[in-house]
Amino acid sequence: MTIRFLALVVAFAALATVPYWMPGVYYINVASQILFYAIFALGLNVLVGYAGLVSLGHAGLFGVAAYAAGYMLQLGFGHPLAILVALVIGVASMAIYAALSLRSTGIGFIMITLALGEILWGLAYRWISLTGGDNGLSLKSRPELFGFSMSDVNTFYYASLVIFMLSLAAMTVFVRSPLGAALMGTRDQPRRMNALGYHVWAIRFYACLFSGLLTSISAILFVYYTQFISPQTLALTASAEVLLMVISGGAGTLLGPIVGATLVVVVKTVVSGFIERWNFLLGAIFVAIVILMPEGLVPGTARLWRLAWRQRERGASVTPGSAEAKP
Amino acid sequence: MSFWLVLTVNSVTFGGLLFLLSAGFSLIFGLMRIPNLTHGSLFMLGAYIGATFVIGVFGVKLNFWLAALLATLAVALLGALAERLLLRRLPGEQLAQVLVTLGLSFMAADFCLMVWGGDPLSVATPSELAGFQRFGALVFPNYRLAIIVIAIIVAIGLWLLLDRTRLGAMIRAGVDDPDMARVVGIRVSQLFTIVFALGAGLAAFAGIVGGPILSVYPGLDQDMLPLALVVVILGGTGSLLGSFVGSIIVGFIYNFGQALLPELAYFVLFLPMLLVLLLRPQGLFGRHVP
Repeated sequence: MTIRFLALVVAFAALATVPYWMPGVYYINVASQILFYAIFALGLNVLVGYAGLVSLGHAGLFGVAAYAAGYMLQLGFGHPLAILVALVIGVASMAIYAALSLRSTGIGFIMITLALGEILWGLAYRWISLTGGDNGLSLKSRPELFGFSMSDVNTFYYASLVIFMLSLAAMTVFVRSPLGAALMGTRDQPRRMNALGYHVWAIRFYACLFSGLLTSISAILFVYYTQFISPQTLALTASAEVLLMVISGGAGTLLGPIVGATLVVVVKTVVSGFIERWNFLLGAIFVAIVILMPEGLVPGTARLWRLAWRQRERGASVTPGSAEAKP
Repeated sequence: MSFWLVLTVNSVTFGGLLFLLSAGFSLIFGLMRIPNLTHGSLFMLGAYIGATFVIGVFGVKLNFWLAALLATLAVALLGALAERLLLRRLPGEQLAQVLVTLGLSFMAADFCLMVWGGDPLSVATPSELAGFQRFGALVFPNYRLAIIVIAIIVAIGLWLLLDRTRLGAMIRAGVDDPDMARVVGIRVSQLFTIVFALGAGLAAFAGIVGGPILSVYPGLDQDMLPLALVVVILGGTGSLLGSFVGSIIVGFIYNFGQALLPELAYFVLFLPMLLVLLLRPQGLFGRHVP
């Protein structure tokens, strides 16, 4: 417990001082990217990890919130209103998305969400009068926060960090709340939960809304970071990338999606400096992780660590138990 | 009037292509219970490999139909290998299998971009079908009519295979009740490989046959996969009749949508799918809910 606490303090200290020890602006920007992608991954993890519902259209929702913010700003509304409207539209479209896709679970859910994601992508791509099609939408400015301009790299990083910590805290509270426990119940034993008198559908629906909220938050950060949105943001590749973050880190854990987001963003930015074929690597990592370490890096490493620890203890002290354990 | 007629013929042609693509998708879905997300990539791979042979590689220039046959066989082999080497490792884990097919589709898309580059390849129409048919004032390219004929021949062939042969009976048994099929001594896992290879081959064949109309370009896989998905959700999984009817419906909606509401073409395409999901989740001719 204390080791864990210490590790958390060290991790937080490292995050809080990133602008001081990172070698350059470029790397601070990469750190900001990791933070908002981690929020996105946390949001998807609500469904994939805790509800057992694999959504393959989350980039579509991400895109809706991003376009909403971008469009509001282009129409000349201020930042607070644009952010608020983007959040409302993001959660509202999640409600529709959930109402349609929660009619089924398992493979059916994957197919419906995939199709919904493709619809949203198709709309962004083809509805040129609204979205600008392939040309995308550009944003002129980032908002000011308490007198600090977010155009500054460090300010943007700290704003992302604060929002990230809040999202992580919300996620922790959610997972430990009765609703979180009920959600995991519907994941493992939906029929039994139903028999116990829980409204399985409603629990899943609330989880979807929470996921939608986190997704919209990360989308707004994304829009302010890139100051540009194009249909590419909504593509199936983008949905799969976030799913890879969740699954590679470890679905159904708090830390997993964060580790996954770090892995994917780092590999993507670092590797794409050397080779062009990032998608090939993405696919290969995906296949390798699903086949070799299906539980993800965080639980997988923890398992290996425990195994190694036990082996070492056994080697150090010869107990009757260890002799029996060896066949 | 002629505008509508031409649009109708184009819709039926496109429906025929979609049938070639989605029949295999539907069979794989029906038997293995997973949507094969590499299906669009197999279509694209078939188109690229076929186009390469038609255009000429290492000084060898092949006849269109021979190239189509080679591409079909090559991709069918690839499909069988993917099933044997990767999906086979995850028996019963449908979610993991879907994710593997998703990963493979990215690898395939990037591989095609690496080998064939970003410029679209156009495939010449086979010379024996290059002409036109005149019906009064209307002109129809022979090749489009030929695709309709090919789709009908393949449909009949598949129907004979599934309905009249021992293998077909085993596949139908596997689709209806895999556990019971195992109990009576059918090697269902072997059927998986066969059906996967068959589906992959059909998708590749559709790719090269569609080449002269659609041309071959990066992103073709992502254009085709959702269409196959819609067809199968509409028609129902594991049903040949379902994919045939679904393909024609989608062919019409897609072409008419493109012509009349170009900005909302995608949206219009997915509306009937949502309706079917809401009102009849197993699809029009489906045997079970996915």
